[in-house]
Amino acid sequence: MSTPQQLVDHALATTASHECVVVVQDTTSANLRWANNTLTTNGVMHCVDVTVIAFRDGGSASVSGTAASTEQVTTLVEAADDAVRRAEPAEDRNDLVPGEQTGDWDAPPGYTSIDVYAGFARALGEEFDRAQAEQRILYGFVNHEVTTTYLGSSTGLRLRHEQPTGHYGCTGKTADLSTSAWVGGATRDFADVDATEMAAGLARRLGWGSRRVELPAGRYDAILPPTAVADLMIDAYWNAGARVAYEGQSVYSRRGGGTRIGDQLARHGVHLYSDPGHPGLECAPFVVASASSNESSVFDNGMPLSRTSWIADGALSSLLQTRQTATMTGQPVTPGIDNLVLEVADGSGSVEEMVAGVERGLLLTCLWYIREVDPQTLLLTGITRDGVYLVEGGEITGAVNNFRFNESPVDLLRRFTAASATVPSFSRAWGDDYFSRTATPALRVPDFNMSSVSQAL
Amino acid sequence: MSSVSSDQHRIDPTFTALPYRRLAEAALNRARDFGVGHADFRFERVRYQHFSVRDGQLQGAEDSEDVGFGVRVLHEGAWGFASGVILTRDAAVMVAEQAVRVAQVAAGMTRTPIELAPEPVYDDVAWCSAYDVNPFQVPLGEKVDVFRGWTSRLLAADAVDHASGSLQQVQENKFYADLAGTTTTQQRVRLKPQLEAFGSDESSGTFDSMRTISAPVARGWEYLAGTSATSWDFDTEIEQLPGMLREKLLAPSVEAGTYDLVIHPSNLWLTIHESIGHATELDRALGYEANYAGTSFATYDKLSSLQYGSPVMHVIGDRTTPHGLASVGYDDEGVQSQEWDIIRDGVLVGYQLDRSMAHTYGAELNGGRSNGCAYADSPGHIAIQRMANVSLQPDPAGPDTDGLVGKVERGIYVVGDRSWSIDMQRYNFQFTGQRFYRIEGGTLTGQLRDVAYQATTTDFWGAMEAVGGPQTYELGGAFNCGKAQPGQVASVSHGCPSALFRQIRILNTTKEGAAE
Repeated sequence: MSTPQQLVDHALATTASHECVVVVQDTTSANLRWANNTLTTNGVMHCVDVTVIAFRDGGSASVSGTAASTEQVTTLVEAADDAVRRAEPAEDRNDLVPGEQTGDWDAPPGYTSIDVYAGFARALGEEFDRAQAEQRILYGFVNHEVTTTYLGSSTGLRLRHEQPTGHYGCTGKTADLSTSAWVGGATRDFADVDATEMAAGLARRLGWGSRRVELPAGRYDAILPPTAVADLMIDAYWNAGARVAYEGQSVYSRRGGGTRIGDQLARHGVHLYSDPGHPGLECAPFVVASASSNESSVFDNGMPLSRTSWIADGALSSLLQTRQTATMTGQPVTPGIDNLVLEVADGSGSVEEMVAGVERGLLLTCLWYIREVDPQTLLLTGITRDGVYLVEGGEITGAVNNFRFNESPVDLLRRFTAASATVPSFSRAWGDDYFSRTATPALRVPDFNMSSVSQAL
Repeated sequence: MSSVSSDQHRIDPTFTALPYRRLAEAALNRARDFGVGHADFRFERVRYQHFSVRDGQLQGAEDSEDVGFGVRVLHEGAWGFASGVILTRDAAVMVAEQAVRVAQVAAGMTRTPIELAPEPVYDDVAWCSAYDVNPFQVPLGEKVDVFRGWTSRLLAADAVDHASGSLQQVQENKFYADLAGTTTTQQRVRLKPQLEAFGSDESSGTFDSMRTISAPVARGWEYLAGTSATSWDFDTEIEQLPGMLREKLLAPSVEAGTYDLVIHPSNLWLTIHESIGHATELDRALGYEANYAGTSFATYDKLSSLQYGSPVMHVIGDRTTPHGLASVGYDDEGVQSQEWDIIRDGVLVGYQLDRSMAHTYGAELNGGRSNGCAYADSPGHIAIQRMANVSLQPDPAGPDTDGLVGKVERGIYVVGDRSWSIDMQRYNFQFTGQRFYRIEGGTLTGQLRDVAYQATTTDFWGAMEAVGGPQTYELGGAFNCGKAQPGQVASVSHGCPSALFRQIRILNTTKEGAAE
């Protein structure tokens, strides 16, 4: 098997196209899944994906495949070279990003294995027995993967980035299935994840559900913990494409033309940003794009990324841009970054301290099955799940039924009345498969729209 | 099902030239050395192509190919799974050893030993899905030109500010072999075309879009090329789309309340998918998805007693429907594809199974046999129970859609899918659509906007008064249904007729979003 560096060099050396970008991604992963107090499935995986993007006379062609040998890479190169000969000049054509080799280019790929769960698995087995004895049922999943990206170009780029991504999530139910709770979070290496603590947290939250209260649909004073805020803010971020806004088709569009950059969308003191170097949320500090779209361009591969403010002091400051859309909109080039941070200037304290200040309201756990209803306002619908708790006189006094909500995250940033300190968070709705690097506060919303009651437990 | 010899002939020779038989032999022999109860080897090559077009210009195109293999063993009552991409005998042996080691670790945490329902052995069989023209054999430029032309046509209309189009295409090849002696080689082709027109009304500041209602299908390029009797009529739809978009932009906002609904298959397929398809996956009903997508209200104790819907409700599951996105010859556990009842006369009578669930529950459901719903979306993922094609049956003597509309005094006719969401037990759902037409006195009287319908599953299906006849039946589907952890995607079709529902809750979405 060839090294990733060899695969990159081979592709660049053998392409017949005018210019070329090669991305090699070596991924190892391991997972454990459980339900009904027993392990169900598991897996260990290793794959090597190579993307060859050929450029000729302003056109481009992208071909990807599994490739562990130079022979396999040759097949991809030939396919890309062949495709680009027939390609017309691309709408997003631009000079490729020049550069040089980074210091860690020669390092081998990072690696994970089933051993990352050694301590966790032992404790988890004990927690299955404890849960069984104490009339609880555990369901959950842990996943850890390490993807090392090697990006090379005919303009001299040799960039390497090693990305660990991990998360844990555990749902607990009482044996009669009448109460459900969830705990979960992101982790880079599982050194900070303890199965005993995880199970204890679930038991505590299930205990909050010993008194059950049925509430009707309506607007409620609700605390969205950091997880639920992440669930919603990720959607606000994903929909922040500059082109679609400029062309009048998103919540970030200005009526009459152009974008709402500069407009006050949220309360003063609200800051939404991404930063590839954010401690604990580190991610790729350069653009990696295998295909062009409204929000990405293959011509931007290798472009350096730095802290980018999306909302500054409540005003929309940037949208997701490529060099092409930046020219279109007359704005700076601000490509997407694989993390998201929400901070509120006067946000402080913990979720517990925020609960203590609520006379009567709800404390949520997380949100689920979030889908766009109306792009004009970014109205989203979704479900509360695994713990909606009644707060009375500053204390949690019981568990409430679940609801379907209809809300816009952009509007919520205008309406919330209090925020906790920002902490690392994990989106239940999106963190598993799509976006797991977030830091958000809890937000208190005085009139959160619980549109209908869900009987789901 | 096609004959073995003709299907073997149709399978892509660039796939059959790959060394999967050698790798399978090496991996299975090594697994056998450990005395495992079951071992299977699955080799896959999945080819993808996707391109997008906007306002007559190509935005991006991408070709990718995922090649590799996975070994799954059942050892000491637990699953062990490992996968790899290096196509050598030594690598296959190593992956088998890894799978056994994972099973040994898992056995310590597996309280309920896993056992599999038996299945006949199928010795070296082949299956290929039915299509005329493999889209991967059509030059990219030719396909892009079609979409450029279509989006340019849409853009030329006054009502259209922008127009986008995209085409996803998949060719999926799998080789499966197990210690029992089953060996299968299969090929499936599917595609998903989509066109969307965007417009705005300057006077109100409203913007909106309208999409074509062509379904994703297990067909080839002939579906788009207009060269077959079963090609989708994109020409007519493109001609009509701008006018329908303009009408929607200027349409009155719906008054929230309860209405009778007539729902076209292009919308109803998604309601079936969410409220029936997922709810009757047995692994969900047993709790195996509880940490992710949730469970089901249709728990196993309700088999043969749960009144899911009205007596006109008859739903089947299958992996045999021609051109069905979930149709296949044999599943990823070597089980031959089948058809079975899920709901009959409105009562829950069946579920979707894999071999481990069939062992425990199959005696009541399928005579102790899996009905073939095991699937993995890539060589790097373990096979799990995935949705079959799940379809609502028409009334053999039922009316056409106009006939259903004619039964409504005050209602709404729903066409095309858009927003969707359902809760963790598949009770509470909310859907929107592409177009909503007011029904007054049995006729359509213009579009409405800002409409969503919301209901609880059994109330909704219980309110189904009538289904249309076979002439209204269409096959819709989902190209990328998500399930499990780690996440996997699968394609699945849902056939249904038009149907009439009484007194369903309608929301006004602008009022939903309007806080004080």
